[in-house]
Formats: sequence, C-alpha cells, structure tokens
Amino acid sequence: MMVEVPVRIAQPQRNALHLALRSPSFVAGLVITLLIAAMALISFVWTPYDITHLVVANRMQGLSAAHPFGTDHFGRDILSMIMIGARNSIAVAIVAVVIGMGVGVPLGCWAAARGGFIDEALMRINDVVFAFPALLSALMITAIFGPGAVNAIIAIGIFNIPVFARVARAGALSIWPREYILAARAAGKGKARITAEHIVPNIASMLLVQGTIQFALGILAEAGLSYLGLGAQPPMVSWGRMLFDAQTRMAMAPHLALFPGLAIVLTVLGLNLLGDGLRDALDPRLRRRQ
Amino acid sequence: MSLLDIEGLRLAIDGTPILNGIDLTVGAGEVVGLVGESGSGKSMTALSVMRLLPPGAVATGRIGFDGVDILSAPEAAMERLHGDDIGMVFQEPMTALNPVKTIGEQVAEGIRRHTGANRRDAEDRARRMLARVGLPEERFPLTRYPHQLSGGQRQRVVIAIACALNPRLLIADEPTSALDVVVQAQILDLLRGLVAENRMGLLLISHDLGVVAEMADRITVLRQGAVVETGETAKILTELRQPYTRQLAEASLHVPARPPAAARTEETAPLLDVEGVSKDYPVRRTSLFSRPAPFRAVDDVSFSMAHGRSVALVGRSGCGKSTLARMILALEPATAGRIRLAGQEVTGRPDAELRAARRDMQVVFQDPYGSFDPRQTVERLVAEPLHLLEKQPGKAERREMVVQALAEVGLSATDMDKYPHEFSGGQRQRLSIARALITRPKLIVADEPVSALDVSIRAQILDLFADLNARLGCAYLFITHDLTVARAITDDVMVMDEGKIVERGATAKVLAQPASAAARALVAAAPDLKGAIAARRGGRLP
Repeated sequence: MMVEVPVRIAQPQRNALHLALRSPSFVAGLVITLLIAAMALISFVWTPYDITHLVVANRMQGLSAAHPFGTDHFGRDILSMIMIGARNSIAVAIVAVVIGMGVGVPLGCWAAARGGFIDEALMRINDVVFAFPALLSALMITAIFGPGAVNAIIAIGIFNIPVFARVARAGALSIWPREYILAARAAGKGKARITAEHIVPNIASMLLVQGTIQFALGILAEAGLSYLGLGAQPPMVSWGRMLFDAQTRMAMAPHLALFPGLAIVLTVLGLNLLGDGLRDALDPRLRRRQ
Repeated sequence: MSLLDIEGLRLAIDGTPILNGIDLTVGAGEVVGLVGESGSGKSMTALSVMRLLPPGAVATGRIGFDGVDILSAPEAAMERLHGDDIGMVFQEPMTALNPVKTIGEQVAEGIRRHTGANRRDAEDRARRMLARVGLPEERFPLTRYPHQLSGGQRQRVVIAIACALNPRLLIADEPTSALDVVVQAQILDLLRGLVAENRMGLLLISHDLGVVAEMADRITVLRQGAVVETGETAKILTELRQPYTRQLAEASLHVPARPPAAARTEETAPLLDVEGVSKDYPVRRTSLFSRPAPFRAVDDVSFSMAHGRSVALVGRSGCGKSTLARMILALEPATAGRIRLAGQEVTGRPDAELRAARRDMQVVFQDPYGSFDPRQTVERLVAEPLHLLEKQPGKAERREMVVQALAEVGLSATDMDKYPHEFSGGQRQRLSIARALITRPKLIVADEPVSALDVSIRAQILDLFADLNARLGCAYLFITHDLTVARAITDDVMVMDEGKIVERGATAKVLAQPASAAARALVAAAPDLKGAIAARRGGRLP
C-alpha cells in the first residue's frame, strides 16, 4: 500500500504567536504596550512624587533631574501624573471594549444565526448607532447623565457595540456555510450550541484584532472627552484632562501639553502595531504558505 | 529540437526540496501528460516553467523554451512570453476570471498588450476566439460577466484567454478536475482540437490516469518530486514496468470485494422512503411588479431504499442531487412531499423531534479539509453525534466509543488528541467516516466522498466503505458524478437530471445499457482507462 504523506499546513493557534513574533510591527507594538501597562501597574505602588501634594512654589518648572518631565501649574510632577493617567486611560478603554464585545458579539452571532428579518432589523439598528460619530454620542450621553469617568466609559462602550456586532456577524456568516457546521447540524445540535462550540472559537482571532483597535480608539475617545471636560473630573488625573489644563498655558510651558500628547500617540501607535501584527499572523491569506 | 526542454530541474522552497531533478520535453503539436499524486510536484513543475514560483523558491537546472533559458531570462522577457508564447489554464474556473470585467475585455486584454492592436481589432480577435472555444457571440455576447456563466463555460473563457495569441505551448493544470464528466469531455475535446489546429504543445497535468490516457501522446509519471518513468502513453500503461505506475493504474481500476447484495438484506420494510419530494428556491426579482417563478431544484422525486443496500445517486453538477441529500438529512426543508426513515417522519418536523431520526442517519462530506472544525480535537469532533443519544455517555464511555469508531476506520486511539490539520486528506476522510459511524446509523449519506482524494487513497476509502457495509450492515446513499465510484461500490443506481430521477436500476445494468439520454451522456463522457489504452494500442485514437 502506498503511504500518504500528510500535507503540512500551518496550524492557526500554535504557529500564530511564533509567526507574530517574527513580525517587527507586532514586536514593536507589544513592547510599547507592555511598557505603558507596566507604567500603569507601577503607579499603584510607586510614583516619583505624590500628585495630591501641591507645591505651588515649584509650579511650571521645566525639565530637570528632579522632575524629568517638569511640573504643572500646581507644582505636581508631570511624570507621576502621566503614570497615574495611564491607569485611567487603560481602565476606561478596557471596560469600554468589554462592554462592546459583551453586547456586540452575541448580537452579531444571533443576527448571523437567525438571518431573515431579525438579521435585517438588528443590522439597521446597528447602522443607526454607527451613523452617530462616537464623540457626538458620547457628548449626548454625558450631557444627559452629567460628566464623569463612568459615563465616559458607557458612552465609549456603546459606540463599540455596533463595531463588534458587525465583525462578529461577518465572521459568523463566513463560517455558517462550512461543512463542519452541516455536520454539527446533522448531529442534532441547535443554533445556539453551534454558535458557542464552533462559530465563536473560529472568529475569536478576528475579534481579538478588532479588540486591540477598539482599545486604541477607546483611549483616544477618553482623551477627547476629558479634554472637553466631559470625562475624568479633577482630582482624577487623565491624559485628556492634562491636555485640557495645558491648553491655556501652551505659550509659556509647551511641555505641559507635549508629554500627555506623546503618551496618547505612543499608546495608540503601539496598540495599532500590535493589532496589525496580530492580523498578519492570524490571517492565513496574508501568511506566506510554506 | 523540442519546444519545451526541462533538464535536471531542482526546486527548493525555504530550503525544503520540492523537485529533485525533473527531465521533461514537450514537442510542437504534442500532448504530454504529467501524472502524479498530490504533493508529487506536478504543479510546481508547471509554475517553474511559467516562473510564477512562490516567494522563497529557488530553482536550478535548465528550462529551455524554444532556445531561451527561462530560469535566467529577465523579467521583461518573461512578460513577453506569458500569454504570447506560453499560455496557462488553471484548475478552478470559478476564481481564474476577474469578476468585474466582461469576458470580451478579459480575452481582448492580452491581445492588446502583446500585439498593440487597437480596441476594435482586439475585440474582433476575442470574438473569433470565443466562438472557437464554443461561446459564439449570438448566444454569449462579449459583454457577459463571469458570474453569468457556468463552470464549464468559464473554463472555456479561461482557455480562450490562454489561447488567444496562438501560444506555442499551453500548460493545463488539472483543467477539468472541478467540472463534471460531461463538461470534462467537452473541454478535453476542445483542447485536443486546439492542439491539432495550431500545432500547439500541450502539457496536461492530471491525477486522473483515464483523462491522461485519452489525451496524451507521452506521459511522465512523477513521485515525490522525481520522474518515475516517461514514455509513450500506451507503452507505459500496458507494460506497467515501474511498480509505482502499476499501483496507480491498479488503484484507478480498483473495485472493492463485496459480498453479493442479496445476502445482506433481511428486513423487508424499506429503510428510506421518499415520496414526491420537491424543492423550490426563490429566484431574485427582476421587476418590482412580478415575482419570478421559483427555481425547482428537485422535482417530484420518489424512491425507496432497503436496509443494508448501497445506492448511488449520479448526475451532472447542478442536477439537484446534493439538494435531495440535504433534504433527506433534514438539513433543508422540502417544499413538498414526505421523507420517512425507518418509519419515522423526517419532513416538516422541528429539530427537537428529529433526534431519533438523526441518530439513524449520518453524513460524510466531499471535502476532507472543510468538514472539520480546525480548532477542536479529534476526540470532540468524532464524538459530536453522540449528542443525539438519549442517555449521554460519561467521559470514559465517550472516549471508549471514540476509540472504537477510530479502530473501525483503521485509525489508532493515539490519534484522539490530535487536531484535524495533523492528518492527510485520506486520514481525514476516515475521521469523517468514524464520526458518521459512532451512533451506529442505519443510513450513511456520502456526498462525493472520494472525489477530492488521490487514486490510491480513493481505493483505500472505497475498500473501507465496502468493508463497513459488509460488517455493520449500514446502507449507503452515494452522491457522485463519477461512474467508477458508482460501479465499484453500489448495488443500485439512480440517475438524476434537472431535478428528476430519469433512470434507476441495478448498477451494472444501468451503466452497461443506459436507457435515458442523461445516463447515456454520463456513461459516454466518463474517462475510461482500459478503453483508452486499448484504443491507443489499436491505433484508433489520433
């Protein structure tokens, strides 16, 4: 009898990380993201200065060995504020992504599984939510419920829902006609069960990539809302709030705006690089066949 | 001197050797068949000639085309050769055409680029070429888009593009593998005609010895990137000097040993009873005011099947055979009619009430790659139908059942924790059968279960089906367009055409003396290895 040689096809899960680590953009993104996350974590136990301690005598200092990023108009250390601000930005963005995924993915999967009128109706509602610019809907929500970090999270989370619903629906629709789904149906499994067992694991990588992008957008949105005074309220520190405070003093002390701005740019850049790298590693069409 | 002259071609991709010294020649007006199983390097040889190799590939040796060394020719020279002197036809007609351009534009495009002809002249030539490949303008205007054509018609367009500039060499990589036998015969006929008219050289790549025997003057057999043997088709295929060639030929003609059907039927009540079943699909509206008549995919089909029988449902692609199978499996509702399995109603019942019926019937699909969730282990995949049992087995019992099902199909218990990608195509088809067997169904519906497999693996899987039928007594409904499969493994055959069953009877009888036009067309078009060799030796074929 002839021996059949198994065809080697790169396996999705096991090789993905391996492949991703060979992509420069993924590695750069990962390093930046880990740095920011580490900074946020360290701020829980240590910051160079106590930022609730105002030393007006030291206000608006430039860069120095004692204050590498200078101080603000209350004499607070900017580096310490950026470290603590990272934690707020990350928390807001994570919770917003969780809200978006938690509501959007089930909605998208439901629409894909049911099809017909329900699909149509859900997607049109989605379009309506999508049609409002994120910042505008966030403005609306904070205008109604009042400014604050929690309302900002809710506003950004709602904006995430249609994004995840769309990605999940598109992914699920491409999985449903596969033969292994037919086989599962022939095994008497219902739509909910098939969705949980076969659809979700197979679209998880797409959702993960979208998650990193929404995370970056969430950080931007939080900064935007705080900048408008609708997000984090003093004494809570956030990068957007720092930009807002720096605005009127731009001419005198540009470093007040420079460092929070840089922190935002760097985080968003890092997350986008991470997302791109993940996408390249997980998408078999972009992966070079062996 | 030969038109194409490959000497000692070696190819490595990222350091892995793929081709280990291929020698091959194709003369003007000659048809050379390149035969071998998946992974033998057939397609890579063709892509080396076209210099369309994947990144990371390093080719050494010599590929001479009419005196030009292709491997060292500059890119610009290759662009002039492509389409002008060398044309290529790919396997998959569904993806080989640009969906947003008309067929006229796509044929004319190459003509304009290579000859500098103006739009009108190029269109004239395109028109003539499309007429030559059997798409005359009266019936197939140049303004048609690919999606408006069937698979066979698209493959004709692909051939028209490849041959528009009268290339001296045409490379056809499995040009008919995605088509049904009747269309396959038409396309092969067309290629044969083009070779004769223009003294074109044709390098025909195929895994189907029957096709190659009918077409090729000479054949080259490849295995693991090396030439096993090469020579006159008739000589190679009658003498069968090389053991590998012999294996291929035997596998192509393989018929599993099966006990006579009568011995296996004990119960008298029919297992499956299909009564007046129809299926309509809605057709897209073209006008706001009238709803078009629905498309009838299956039209008033009735038949019954006894326990333990093996029945083939044959027909051309699009005849409704897969739709019928899905209705039997209760994966799609029937528009009219009723289906009963072992006395239980299958049609018109909600999923929840179908569990008992589903336990009695399972399915094996065509594509051994697409029919498994890539993210689950074999244990979970094979155990999936156990969900249908009244009493859910415990973890240990479940494992025991999976082990037994795997043993049934010749796989070992150690395979349980692997993922589907760790198996070859043939092994996956075994997994597919194990999954179907685990609930001990009375009926297995197999939709083209071997058409994606190499001949030797196909023979093994057919043996497995025959063995399981004899040992476990489960009935089969084989859906296929391949008559050799029907002949090898079924007792009865039903021929389907345009949604209707047009002929039925004992397999041997129907295939020997087809009565209906549809059955006659299928039988006449099926590639016949023995017949082709006999004809070649008798000198009846050109």
